[in-house]
Amino acid sequence: MTREESLGGRLAGRIRRTVIERAYAAHVGHIGSALSIVDILAALYGDVINGMPDDPNRDRLVLSKGHAALALYAALAETGRLDRALLDEYCSDGTVVGVHPEHLAPGIDFSTGSLGQGLSLGTGAALAARLDGSARRSFVVVSDAECNEGSVWEAVMFAAHHKLANLVAIIDLNGQQAFGYTRDVLDLLPLGDRFRAFGWDVHDADGTNPDELAHVINALDTHSGAPHVVIAKTIFGRGVSFMESTIDWHYWPLNDEQYAQALAELEAAS
Amino acid sequence: MRNAFVAGLLELAADDDRIVLLTGDLGFTVLEPFAEAYPDRFFNAGVAEQNMVGMATGLAEAGFTPFVYSIATFASMRPYEFIRNGPALHHLPVRVVGIGGGTDYGHNGVTHYALEDVGLMRLQPELTTVVCADREQTRTALRALKNYERPVYLRLGRGGTPVDGLDGRFTLGAAETIGDGTDALIVALGPLAAAALGAAALLERDGVGVTVAVVSSFNPSPDAQLAELIDRSRVALTVEGHYRTGGLGSYVAEVIADNGLGTPLSRIGIESMPRGFSGDEGYLAEAFGLTPAAIAARTTTALQAR
Repeated sequence: MTREESLGGRLAGRIRRTVIERAYAAHVGHIGSALSIVDILAALYGDVINGMPDDPNRDRLVLSKGHAALALYAALAETGRLDRALLDEYCSDGTVVGVHPEHLAPGIDFSTGSLGQGLSLGTGAALAARLDGSARRSFVVVSDAECNEGSVWEAVMFAAHHKLANLVAIIDLNGQQAFGYTRDVLDLLPLGDRFRAFGWDVHDADGTNPDELAHVINALDTHSGAPHVVIAKTIFGRGVSFMESTIDWHYWPLNDEQYAQALAELEAAS
Repeated sequence: MRNAFVAGLLELAADDDRIVLLTGDLGFTVLEPFAEAYPDRFFNAGVAEQNMVGMATGLAEAGFTPFVYSIATFASMRPYEFIRNGPALHHLPVRVVGIGGGTDYGHNGVTHYALEDVGLMRLQPELTTVVCADREQTRTALRALKNYERPVYLRLGRGGTPVDGLDGRFTLGAAETIGDGTDALIVALGPLAAAALGAAALLERDGVGVTVAVVSSFNPSPDAQLAELIDRSRVALTVEGHYRTGGLGSYVAEVIADNGLGTPLSRIGIESMPRGFSGDEGYLAEAFGLTPAAIAARTTTALQAR
């Protein structure tokens, strides 16, 4: 069985297709960033996150890199947490489903969009679970470049000091940011060593493999010990050849030709 | 007021186990009673105000009522965007508690002065701003905010000279008045009510009738009540430990403009950044024209110009 044929792979394929369709229909960008985290979200919503949106004891998810919300909407819709019809409203006037996620949309736990804030939200959610004596967990999807923000490290210190084992950060390590490659802007590597130095439990994973990601996350001890970070090596724009690892697709929307090619490529891979 | 705050918080926490207290490593010798009574609900977030407010948002989403505590300028400005995108956007009952309004931190200098916090907080329509005038009002305000579902910025004075005649009164969205003269209305922000009352006593000796209106909350703000008070007065003045722009003075100017009132307004506050300039409470009040004598003199000038 190939990666694409696995359960996680098939879910990722459907999310990817929705991302391309809705981004094209709405004529908006941030496509590369959304495609970068599709496999992470397929792992989380396919095989990790417990509870539906109306369950107060559900696991929480913070998409700290809010600009990739389209992938989150698609993942929520694919797993029955968000009405598909709402997806058709993506980026229409007056809609709750815009470029960045808002908690007023079904299935969205926290509004995000300003980078560097999500890990603090997730740390608070993890602390709340501990105070409640609940086994629920807090997952935060953080972009690599977002770690430029000092506030990320404030949360990193607090979570380590208080041993919030129920906090799991997943870093979308695609090596890119708006103006260039992270190594040329503010080099982050070795990211794992940095988290380790702060007292976190660090795991490296193939961020393009939902089943491997889910396996790594499900094996974490979220009851005791250090908070966890899964450094997921991803590919910006993954699944669409002309977007992969290019800076341009941080902002560009799709034209008709590019849309047809993107769909064809996703079709061929599925 | 800090001790009154902790006493009030202990009272609330006694029958509400959702209350948690986070501090940005400040409140030494003040917060200990809470920390000792509720060690499981007390967190020192370290010198990290942004994360503190972000975590408070995460806690509140799960049903807790977090109080986050720091010196007013650090509590308001450093995590400002976290407050906006956190409790304000999510409409969650986080209480941001800022100690030391205006130049309360005297000798510590300008980095410790809260000169624009009320203006910044008042700008957020989803956030309620409460400026306590004295110890008694701090207690009343805390009780009034019990189970209040909106986020709150609570500005507390460092000291707490009792405001005579206020008797701890606090109604959210209302101004508390002392006196009922109609020559001059002196609108005071929180603790400046004491100086305003001092000015009123001086003016009344000269036969000038004064009403002091103590404004302690914004969003909701006492718009209609103030409009009525302003309309019946010959002159209006605002007195605040804050920059003249953005805070109480600007708010009262908005009320006058919105209601088409003709009463002249004098805004007394801090004019420019006090750079290279600090001192004790009395010295600074003198320097910024926030003493009873200075306020009375401004009132007399305003009345003469009328």
